[in-house]
Amino acid sequence: MEPRVSIIERRLKNVKRIVSVASGKGGVGKSLVASSLALHLAKKGYKVGLLDLDLYGPSSHIILGVKDVFPKEEKGIIPPNIHGISFLSIVYFSEDKPSPFRGIDVTNIILELLSITQWGSLDYLIIDMPPGIGDETLDVIRFIKKGEFLAVTTPSKVALGAVSKLLKILKELKLPILGVVENMRMTDSSFIKDELVKMDIPYLGSINFDHGLEDAIGNGDLILKTNFMKELTKCLRKIDF
Amino acid sequence: MHEWALAESIIAAALEASEKEKLKTITEIKINIGELQQIEQDIFEFALEEIKKTQNDKLKQVKITIKTEKSTLKCKNCEHSWSFDDIKKKLNDDESEAIHFIPEVAFVHTRCPKCGSPDFEIITGRGVSITSIKGQR
Repeated sequence: MEPRVSIIERRLKNVKRIVSVASGKGGVGKSLVASSLALHLAKKGYKVGLLDLDLYGPSSHIILGVKDVFPKEEKGIIPPNIHGISFLSIVYFSEDKPSPFRGIDVTNIILELLSITQWGSLDYLIIDMPPGIGDETLDVIRFIKKGEFLAVTTPSKVALGAVSKLLKILKELKLPILGVVENMRMTDSSFIKDELVKMDIPYLGSINFDHGLEDAIGNGDLILKTNFMKELTKCLRKIDF
Repeated sequence: MHEWALAESIIAAALEASEKEKLKTITEIKINIGELQQIEQDIFEFALEEIKKTQNDKLKQVKITIKTEKSTLKCKNCEHSWSFDDIKKKLNDDESEAIHFIPEVAFVHTRCPKCGSPDFEIITGRGVSITSIKGQR
């Protein structure tokens, strides 16, 4: 009998809202949206946690510039505080080495992280999801009952092709979708917005490709000052974040 | 004290199972601890005792038996089998501690000792599980 499932709900009992930042497609800026969302909420004075569940290619720690920290061990593990965010990632344990996990291992890691992490009381827990609708997405749906989803796409038809599969499965399961952010926009096109209207999914707005963003990576204070952040904030206003 | 978190999950799962089975009291819980998890058994037992005290009378008479399960790892590439003990000495303290928290990072920090592949399976000796619960209706 697997005992860890029984404790997850209790571990998340004092977390008011759980938002999974997801996409069917890789490289659309999920981690950047998730990290920036966490920074934005922390700046507004909320108690925020960020869980990077991209076990193969974690990147939130690079975006936030996390170095030389390890969770504190106290009746479980307590995530270190980074820029006012309780931040947990597999990198504390993998030392950022290549992580060749198979599906069952992914599920075990997610179960372990969710059952031993003491988040305490949080207003928001943001989950940076890996691309696709594989193990991690299914596990988050299975283990975290009160989760909501924020999806990210680029303006590309290719990206939306994969993202719409995620959106369809979330709709089929009647899970709350906060909306979709269109990232890395380069031309004026209403393609994404029009497609989302057809799917009856809220379009939160677009973020223009920000050439200055790369220079801010690794520094939370600089990220807060980027055009990316300014435009993301506009999108987030539509859902009162 | 990450043993505490695992002990809490054992007690929560046992109580949940007793509700399902309509048990008035739980008399015995048998637990398996995988070698890979490198649990400090003293701390784990202490945690179980302390958590038990905070629960209702259902657990007052419970006898908890803990068994350690030896690890078996098997390479998918060359089918070689080995145990965590065989490779433990090659790990540094940080790697060993990481495996203690998340046993699956064994795939990150170790390789098949015969062919060097990272593609192996944990056949036995992973995590903490409840093997049986007894009680009275």
